[in-house]
Amino acid sequence: MCDTCGCGNPDEHATFQKPNEPNHKQEHHEHQHNHSHKIDVQTDVLAENNLLAERNRGYFDAKDITALNLVSSPGSGKTTLLEKTIVEIKSNIDVAVIEGDQQTMRDAERIDKTGVPVVQVNTGTGCHLDAHMIQHAIQELDLKTQSILFIENVGNLVCPALFDLGEAMKIVIISVTEGEDKPQKYPHMFDAASLCIINKIDLLPYVDFDVEKCKHYALEVNHKLKFLELSAKTGEGMGEWISWLKQQQKS
Amino acid sequence: MSLAMNIVDIACKTAQQNGAHKIQSIEVEVGKLAGVLEDSLAFCFQAVRKNTPAENAKLQIITIHGKAHCISCDDSFDTDTFFTLCPECDGLAVEIIQGRDLKIKSINVD
Repeated sequence: MCDTCGCGNPDEHATFQKPNEPNHKQEHHEHQHNHSHKIDVQTDVLAENNLLAERNRGYFDAKDITALNLVSSPGSGKTTLLEKTIVEIKSNIDVAVIEGDQQTMRDAERIDKTGVPVVQVNTGTGCHLDAHMIQHAIQELDLKTQSILFIENVGNLVCPALFDLGEAMKIVIISVTEGEDKPQKYPHMFDAASLCIINKIDLLPYVDFDVEKCKHYALEVNHKLKFLELSAKTGEGMGEWISWLKQQQKS
Repeated sequence: MSLAMNIVDIACKTAQQNGAHKIQSIEVEVGKLAGVLEDSLAFCFQAVRKNTPAENAKLQIITIHGKAHCISCDDSFDTDTFFTLCPECDGLAVEIIQGRDLKIKSINVD
């Protein structure tokens, strides 16, 4: 058995052949192919997820719900941003939250203290939320019409970019304690996002993060990307973010 | 891993619908800008095909190279990265028009 992945077939793709020797493996395959036939498939590998995402989207549209998929690396401050945001807007806008993490109820417990409905999705070993998980999570939440649904994805700048959840848009969050070249290191996420929040700007005097350079790198990946700079901790820039959110709310 | 599982699932369902019991090969188109590493996909595929009709199937990956179009000057060009300036006008307003593909093209069955 292959000791790397346990697949049991370590040499399946390897061939061993001396010059001028017939390739028995190939001959054997040709024989097999005589009995086989080709079926045209032409199906997207993510077809099932995309179909479920469109169902979720239809549900959100029917109820005028604005679903926002928050994506970032771990530790960018997504949960703190959500806590502060919810406190600011919950008296005017109905809010609900889906929290995605591999393990623990911690983030859901933090959001629960703000008094809005929240469901925690633990993905186990999974590195992203998918449309099926969201479908189940929204069955648990009694979502109000014209509400905003925040989906806090698993902290990961790679895989969540590929999985449509049915959201209105992805919002990518980067904190100034990260490298300003993240948009080029993880281009898929910045390509998939519509808004980029640069968080923890209160720490700018203490770090080497160049905001303009970061924006430039991000625009090279996605020229339509919009930016907001804020500090969820001090509240700087939160006003613009809240106004932006109010503009997204459907009427 | 979940992409490899999807590939095996779709291939097995298609085979079943066509009355086939064994899958010889699966042909998958993978775009350079699809966010998928071909080697990882092939590695995961080996792990997830066990105990399925695709147990001995070969994964044939067809690489689709990326293409982009510049909105500013209407130039189209080849690219395998997202952060590309237009080679004609150095503009940022570049849209990817090919290379995000991640599709099962066909399967060979017994």
